[in-house]
Amino acid sequence: MFKILKYSFFDLTRSSWSYVYFFFYLLLGSVLLFLNNDLSTAIITLMNVIIMIVPLIGTIFGVMYYYNSREFTQLLLAQPVRRSSIFLGQYFGVAISLSLSLILGLGIPFAAYGLFKSSAIWDFSMLLVTGLFLTLIFSALAFNIALSHENKIKGFGYAILLWLFLAVIYDGIFLLSLVYFQDYPLDKFSLAASMFNPIDLSRILILLKLDISALLSYTGAVFKQFFGTPVGTLASLGMLFLWVILPLFRLKRVVGKKDF
Amino acid sequence: MVSIQNLHKQFGALKVLNGLELDIMEKGIIAVLGPNGSGKTTLIKSLLGMVVPDKGEISIAGSNIRKRWNYRQEIDYLPQIANFPGNLKVQELITMIKDLRGKPAREKELIEYFRLQPFLDKKLNKLSGGTQQKVNLVLCFMFDSQLVILDEPTSGLDPVALLQLRNLLQEEKEKGKTILITSHIMNFVEEVADRIVFLLEGKIYFDGTVSEIKSSTGQPDFEHAIAKLLSEDHV
Amino acid sequence: MKKIIPVLLMLFYFTTRAQVVEVCPTCEVSSIQKAIDLADNGDTIKIAKGTYREQEIKIIDKSLHLLGEGYPVIDAQFKGTALTVRAENFSLEGLKIINIGTSHTSDHAAILVSGSKNFRIENNRLENIFFGILVEKSSHGVISRNQISSKAVSQAKSGNGIHMWNCSDLTVSNNIVKSVRDGIYLEFSKNCTITNNLCEGNLRYGLHFMFADNNKYLDNTFDNNGAGVAVMYSKFIEMQRNLFRKNWGPASYGLLLKEINDAELKNNIFEDNTIAISADNTNRINYINNEFRGNGYAVRIRGACYKNVFTANSFIANSFDVSYTGNINENEFSRNYWSEYTGYDLDKDGIGDVPYRPVKLFSYLVNRTPEAIILLRSMFIGLLDFSEKVSPVFTPAELTDDYPQMKKIKW
Repeated sequence: MFKILKYSFFDLTRSSWSYVYFFFYLLLGSVLLFLNNDLSTAIITLMNVIIMIVPLIGTIFGVMYYYNSREFTQLLLAQPVRRSSIFLGQYFGVAISLSLSLILGLGIPFAAYGLFKSSAIWDFSMLLVTGLFLTLIFSALAFNIALSHENKIKGFGYAILLWLFLAVIYDGIFLLSLVYFQDYPLDKFSLAASMFNPIDLSRILILLKLDISALLSYTGAVFKQFFGTPVGTLASLGMLFLWVILPLFRLKRVVGKKDF
Repeated sequence: MVSIQNLHKQFGALKVLNGLELDIMEKGIIAVLGPNGSGKTTLIKSLLGMVVPDKGEISIAGSNIRKRWNYRQEIDYLPQIANFPGNLKVQELITMIKDLRGKPAREKELIEYFRLQPFLDKKLNKLSGGTQQKVNLVLCFMFDSQLVILDEPTSGLDPVALLQLRNLLQEEKEKGKTILITSHIMNFVEEVADRIVFLLEGKIYFDGTVSEIKSSTGQPDFEHAIAKLLSEDHV
Repeated sequence: MKKIIPVLLMLFYFTTRAQVVEVCPTCEVSSIQKAIDLADNGDTIKIAKGTYREQEIKIIDKSLHLLGEGYPVIDAQFKGTALTVRAENFSLEGLKIINIGTSHTSDHAAILVSGSKNFRIENNRLENIFFGILVEKSSHGVISRNQISSKAVSQAKSGNGIHMWNCSDLTVSNNIVKSVRDGIYLEFSKNCTITNNLCEGNLRYGLHFMFADNNKYLDNTFDNNGAGVAVMYSKFIEMQRNLFRKNWGPASYGLLLKEINDAELKNNIFEDNTIAISADNTNRINYINNEFRGNGYAVRIRGACYKNVFTANSFIANSFDVSYTGNINENEFSRNYWSEYTGYDLDKDGIGDVPYRPVKLFSYLVNRTPEAIILLRSMFIGLLDFSEKVSPVFTPAELTDDYPQMKKIKW
């Protein structure tokens, strides 16, 4: 697997897309920090970027890479390599290259700004950690979708739809059900509903670092007791981890049966 | 060497292999022929484990290949060049495949043989179809395995290269290898094949030597003999 | 004789004035109460370093100056009030008073000042107390540079740091009050000035006004209290240059205004509070040049608020800038800076060309369905807020800042 990972990764480091993303994050980070000159607004804008753009990029890049490397995959399939190694290797190649774009792209301007000496370092590392998780999750989901659809257009369509669902539609349904059932106790429901969507979960994890005060003021005990504690943070991270693992398991299972 | 029993494969409603049985015990060159959609590629992909059969057994060198992958260590496979990653350089591709196999290889000798030195630093998609195919051949033959599977080895090759390929096949055959070929160039098949396996509708329709085909169809010319085989079917 | 009387008076004055009574654990006078009993009007009592286990020390109608050297400790041993004063022209300085017991029936304090005038309480250290400095029915006093702290756990079992009841013309400055119930408390008191104090980690409020008109508090820091400052049922309060930080928790505020009329807030900074300002039933309040940064809610206006005017404030990175219940009621937002403003300024006059709507649909939703807060800053909410911004349906349409500033307001 590591050999495949290595080749996928090197293949991607030569792809101009990796640099496009890298420079995108670099530009974003620099513009936010040096033009805005205000760390708290910069981090909030960054959060919006991370919970929107990172999943989108992960999805598109994952699907694109899968379809673009079909020939490479064909070549590898005839080699004495385990099937799951090929796909997991390619997956991690994509995920790591995207993660590097993210970390370096945002890390360099922040380091230049002197962030590592400031107290915002923890907010920032939470941003990066969730950004990494979202990259891993959405490229895994993208691989799954691409694997199940030979037709590129369909694959892209479903992948974008999945992103749209998790990023926007899910919250819409969530909000509607909250408003509709507002006469019932809803705190446990909203806790569960936010656990099942990686984007919501990441958003809340970051918010706990930034906007904790507003969260606490109204909804009270349940959120505070859950997300505010180390146990809650660990559970949330565990959930994100599951979101990475489960698609990978499916990937492995489907790959074992598929004809190429 | 290769033993296939009762092989079935269906893609959706389309039956591609329908109880195919094939034994290849001998050394030499075996050509797998058949019209489009007769199951040639599916057969080869089944052998390589790229397609998972619905039913039936395949064993190579005496052991069943189901759910295994390391038996491919002992197979040299020439895919169709359409399925080649274009953004790699020739040398990188060779190094990578060597790295994946982890076996000694004789790529220098073959590069020399096909005069590929000037192209080593070029990316694959910058090369002509014929040169790509030569690279493909180098990748295939450099490991010297006992079983060689060639999918359309002649595609894109000019007459000189075709001659080189024929000589190479001859050499390899003399080393005692089993070589499985699919091709649409009947001249080439006629010249190199020791045995013809003709597929139709997922089954073996004819199995024999070139002269046996000619005699059974009563056609002196190989191409006509094949055409006759097909038309008989439609009668 | 006529010439002698003033001379005698002067002589009398000088001799009494010059008298100093010294107290130390090993001296002839080893008890503070005894020294007080011995001393005459105008005397200074020098208390040497050491521990004095005394309580219910009383200074009644004597103008004395208690001066501790090296912070002598008065240990009240959890029995009643340590020091009670009812006098004019007295001062208490350099004392360390500890261990005041809590009580449900009476307000034991480290220092109780009652019916007094013209006094100074300076540089004292009060630790582990119930009430710190309790001042009642007194006027014209200075309470400054004291350090007061306790270990308050529950509101019922703790007292206030500096408590003023029915007082006037007091100055409370440069004190540090930590971990009591209310840091500084004023009830029925007027013309008091609270400046340069630090109130930190107090259980309920850093500073608390009840029925206390015409007071001002300036340049104070309120850090990490249950709520920074609560101003209730009072008029004409001047609030300037204070810093409200990190007052957060389920029911925390930077500043809680309840039934307040005619006040002015100027140059205050509100940072990282759950709700920076909560205004309930407030009229004619001017908010000028304040900075709201990183709060959950910057301003929450509850019902029955009239003529609250927000001018030239900076709202930076708050989750909600304004939360609003009820009608517009002549409340006004004008010429503020809003970090979330996305408009443009084509004529380059520093004022955005498009009005800003500080109330978002989401804050309206959260008011109705509190659990919806969990969707804070999600993309769906962003879209919702955007569409509401384009065509307001739920939020008061006339609540706008028509002159939003493009740059943070400097002052």
